[in-house]
Amino acid sequence: MQYLVSVIADTPDANGTPDEMAAIDAFNDQLQADGHWVFAGGLGSTNTATVVDNRGAEAVFTDGPFVESKEYLAGFWIMEAADLDVALKLAAGASKACNRKIEVRPFL
Amino acid sequence: MSAADVREAITRVHRDEWARVVAALTKRFDDLDIAEEAAAEAFATAVERWPADGVPPNPGAWLTTTANRKAIDRIRRDSKRDDKQKQAQMWYDEPPEPLGAIDDERLRLIFTCCHPALAMEARIALTLRMVGGLTVPEIARAFLVQEAAMGRRITRAKVKIKAARVPYRVPSAEDLPARVSGVLTVLFLVFNEGYLATGPDTDPIRQDLTAEAIRLTRLMRTLLPTDGEAAGLLALMLLTEARRTARISANGELIPLGEQNRGAWDAALIAEGHRLVRERIAERVAPGRYQILAAINAVHTSARDVRDTDWSQVVALYDQLVRVDPSPIVALNRAIAVAEVDGPEVALTAVDHLDDALAEYHAYHATRADLLRRLGRSEQSRAAYDKAIELAGNTAETAYLTRRRDQLG
Repeated sequence: MQYLVSVIADTPDANGTPDEMAAIDAFNDQLQADGHWVFAGGLGSTNTATVVDNRGAEAVFTDGPFVESKEYLAGFWIMEAADLDVALKLAAGASKACNRKIEVRPFL
Repeated sequence: MSAADVREAITRVHRDEWARVVAALTKRFDDLDIAEEAAAEAFATAVERWPADGVPPNPGAWLTTTANRKAIDRIRRDSKRDDKQKQAQMWYDEPPEPLGAIDDERLRLIFTCCHPALAMEARIALTLRMVGGLTVPEIARAFLVQEAAMGRRITRAKVKIKAARVPYRVPSAEDLPARVSGVLTVLFLVFNEGYLATGPDTDPIRQDLTAEAIRLTRLMRTLLPTDGEAAGLLALMLLTEARRTARISANGELIPLGEQNRGAWDAALIAEGHRLVRERIAERVAPGRYQILAAINAVHTSARDVRDTDWSQVVALYDQLVRVDPSPIVALNRAIAVAEVDGPEVALTAVDHLDDALAEYHAYHATRADLLRRLGRSEQSRAAYDKAIELAGNTAETAYLTRRRDQLG
């Protein structure tokens, strides 16, 4: 079972502090050692986003994120976990490491 | 066996076996929705057949076998895939485990229904449906929600359990205390909604809810016999329930503890509650909040007359409770006991400190009103009663507060 573990940021500066980055590295090493790691990545700020809509006659490009909100996605993990209890425990560790709120969602 | 006897037998079997049947099926098919539907169909079949065929010698086994077949029929119907069909045939050929062997399945079921990833409202509804066996219309009525909305709430919770893979198991030893505490919170909320029902058109006490909460807490106590808080919560509920009939007057008004006819209290429930409290004290383990609350209620129910109440013992227990649960509501209840030991003036000072936290809580204003009344400060007391009446949601409580206010000189 795979879960998308999203990092929710509520400050304009999504970058982690050196301490946070070091904690995330250590957390990732542990994820890999325990076989929960699938993928992870940090994202550029929402100012760098472009929305693309090609449902009509031609593709339309719009500057900015798809939704304006105070909180936004700053990065994510994809984790392998046997069930939600395992995923929640991993996410609690992730939240501690990156010092942000976390959302856990299962893949279908 | 008369038709009435059969009906009674079905009611009894439903009460005793529902959770076991749902739990056994959930284990087997790994799907709450299938388990619930199949269990409901099996009971419907019993209602149809038993009046003519008689009640089977082992009703639980009959129901599990029947529900098992219903579940397999549904899986066959729903699934066009070969592997599912083969799996269904295997389930069909292989009889389900006998019920006795899987008693603790109910515990897994409770933990799944009370999982912290579900909203509190969903945990309550799901527990009453899956473990308590209440129907969706019954739960909707209990919480004054439209039937369709309650149905959606339960369905959403089941979908999340399945899609996010909420595990069907007893939590690890490390997580167990927090998870048990979560289950007890759900049961306590059900009990409280029954004991002090909210809503202008509801009965002030909903005995269906208090009875169900007690029944499920008894089950928790049976399944976790060494858990002090499960025993504490059961004792607390019993000692509270024991005073139920003495708590509302003939004209629907709340009667406070000090004015209740103590002869009308249920002696058997009090004896059972006291026994549980004594057992916990004998364990000599630091008690949690439910055990302390139960002990406070044991002090109250030990006094034949309100004047015999050991108030300093009550204050000492509240001091203990404040250390475990330093919430403003606990501080408020402590102040009520302090008024009996040190007088209303001291208590009022303590209560006034809670203004920021409890300004929207009716009991805060009701307590202030009573203390101000005892101090002869009628005008301030009247204002506090007004505020309490405005915020109170329980009809019997509103009636009591209104009379008290109108009696002020």
